[in-house]
Amino acid sequence: MMDQLKQNKITSDLLSHIRLNYSFKLWMGFLLTTFAICLYAYATQLENGLIVTGLGDYVSWGMYISNFVFFVATSLIGMLISSVLILSGAKWAAPLARIAEIIALAFAAVAGLVIVSDMGRPERLINVFLYGRIQSPILWDVTVVTVYVLISTLLLYLPLIPDMKICYEKLDKTPKLLRNIYKMLSLNWVGSIEQQKIIKKSIFILSILIIPVALAIHTVTSWLFASTSRVGWDSSIFGPYFVSGAFVSGSAAVIIAMAVYRNSYNLKDYITDMHFDKMGKLLVLVSLVYLYFNLNEYMVPGYKMKKFDAMHLHDLFTGSHAFLFWSVQLFGLVIPIILLLFKKMRKPTPMVIIALFVIFGAWFKRYIIVIPTMEHPFLPIQNVPFSFKVYTPTLTESLITLAPIVLVLIIITSLSKLIPIIPVQETIEHYEEETK
Amino acid sequence: MEGMSEKEENHKMKTRREFLQEVGIIGVGTVLAGTAILAGINYDKKKTPGARVKVLTAENELLEIDKNDATKVKKFKADDLTFLQKQAREGISGKRWVMVVDLSKCKNARKCMSACQDAHRLRPEQHHINVLKMQESKSTPPFYMAKPCQHCDNPPCVAVCPVDATYKRPDGIVLIDNERCIGCRFCIAACPYSARVFNWTEPLHAEEDKDVVYNAELNVPQKKGTVSKCCFSADMLREGKMPYCVSACPNGVYYFGDENEDAVTNGTTKETVRFKKLLEDNAGYRLMPELGTDPRVYYLPPKNRIAPFQDIDKPEAEEHIENNHA
Repeated sequence: MMDQLKQNKITSDLLSHIRLNYSFKLWMGFLLTTFAICLYAYATQLENGLIVTGLGDYVSWGMYISNFVFFVATSLIGMLISSVLILSGAKWAAPLARIAEIIALAFAAVAGLVIVSDMGRPERLINVFLYGRIQSPILWDVTVVTVYVLISTLLLYLPLIPDMKICYEKLDKTPKLLRNIYKMLSLNWVGSIEQQKIIKKSIFILSILIIPVALAIHTVTSWLFASTSRVGWDSSIFGPYFVSGAFVSGSAAVIIAMAVYRNSYNLKDYITDMHFDKMGKLLVLVSLVYLYFNLNEYMVPGYKMKKFDAMHLHDLFTGSHAFLFWSVQLFGLVIPIILLLFKKMRKPTPMVIIALFVIFGAWFKRYIIVIPTMEHPFLPIQNVPFSFKVYTPTLTESLITLAPIVLVLIIITSLSKLIPIIPVQETIEHYEEETK
Repeated sequence: MEGMSEKEENHKMKTRREFLQEVGIIGVGTVLAGTAILAGINYDKKKTPGARVKVLTAENELLEIDKNDATKVKKFKADDLTFLQKQAREGISGKRWVMVVDLSKCKNARKCMSACQDAHRLRPEQHHINVLKMQESKSTPPFYMAKPCQHCDNPPCVAVCPVDATYKRPDGIVLIDNERCIGCRFCIAACPYSARVFNWTEPLHAEEDKDVVYNAELNVPQKKGTVSKCCFSADMLREGKMPYCVSACPNGVYYFGDENEDAVTNGTTKETVRFKKLLEDNAGYRLMPELGTDPRVYYLPPKNRIAPFQDIDKPEAEEHIENNHA
């Protein structure tokens, strides 16, 4: 009897956020308005060409590309939490798996759009499929990102099947169309032993499959740079360096999402201080690994100061990018690590602030990886306007860079209004196991 | 007992299937053979005697062939885009183009730059060839260095292109098909020589060149949102002429020619010399050989220069090494 009561409470708690309230409409209205402005900026770029950006013949890749790297990076967290942690038996991560998977899917899917915004001829995208050359790392990237989006979608959907049934049964006040969709997506789930076996096995296989694919998407993204001989990119550790950095920004994104969902959807009983404590420790771990790769990436060439490396590194350490470089390393990496070592800091409020620093740092870190290298070619930059030598992003370009970020927020917000962001069935099962 | 009969039944079924398969094979075989015989009869029918024509081969040989065997050569017009694109990819057979830049002769006259920009309809800030004020280190002297695309034999730009828009031709030239380029600019990022430019906006003469059929060997008309670069004036080479920059130079900086013939001709003096001998006598070298790009542009060192490096250009030459902190 008590069990049934508890079950009902869990179900109603976890489904309570699936409704359209005033604050949602306000927030969504804000996001959509911003997105419309950003789209207008993109329209001017389509009309006038990439001249609307601060790019030139030397710095020909700028914020769009660094934004793309940030997006691919952040999407990797889906693999770490919903696959690696769950497979290794970290039960505490179960309520966070769906949040991580939503973030993974949203960032990975939108990453494809980010790259299109950088193209001079977006209408010729089809050429990649018509004339694609497998020798080009871009082809590898298109392939692995598509596969990652596909597997992430399945990893989001499969654990959702039992919950879809619950949604169909319990959410009787939602529009008929939505209820029918729930019913359809539940694939006649009745919870039979056979069904459970199939779903467990499928999730298990996908959880393993997604590990190499996730590693591949960011490794290949790093190769877009490392496959050239440009200073600052010509590095053999770019793959693991990028992957380790990906977990830092992804963990920060999950922490922020956890806090927002917990507060706005009253999920304090389900996303507890314990989860923040564990995520804080996870962030320290991945940040330490990333710090180690940073040390290798900058100290080793910095020790030798070879002619062209020196030009690049002096600019980062003491030159025009020094402020950004050191801010990112300190506020986005070193200080968060130190702070999070203290238990007091691994509480929701301080952690959200730290995570915000980390995620901003992560964004600017990609900027620091892409732009300074482009400003330092081997041969001198001469006989061109000054604007070709120093990259200054324009307002239009900034708005177009903002567009995918807004789009991700729209996707994450909308999904949380359609599906329970904490697995209902799993939480009930977990509770039953505990009471036994 | 029941199991046994089922097995037998299965066996029977199998043999029946096998039989049907055999019939099928024989059937198809018969049809094929019949078709072949029919085709043979038709082929013989075509060969009516007396229908023979005289043709002149490309090697100037007069031959007589059966009229039925001859097919009309499709006439391509110079304004046929598909033809021009195909021609641009095939290159000029038997040639291996090379350029030699004699740095001792360069006075920074920049006639090469302007001739190039005129020919390729470029904006003033777009350079297919750029005369740089170079200085390797503080203690070594500055010099002028013309830098076109190096037409590498191992081109990093071609390797990274996702759509085969930029390609290496058999005659050594690296070209771009701006009808295919998607404008991802990966090639610009990959090129260590900063040889490539981009059309950030509508090209300079977009309105005027609206009806001009695109020629990849000249890369004109330029197109918004696509990459452009030095073509070694492949359009001029096809006509047996020197590249625009080479013939525009007043100071004898450029030699251009065919590596296969081991001969290069000076664009100013029209003097033809042995390519290998020229490099050997003057300690010829290539830019950044350590990158393994294998350029087709060679340089002769700025030894015994015909004109001094201008004082006014010194600060700009130093800028690059100042960035170096060397």
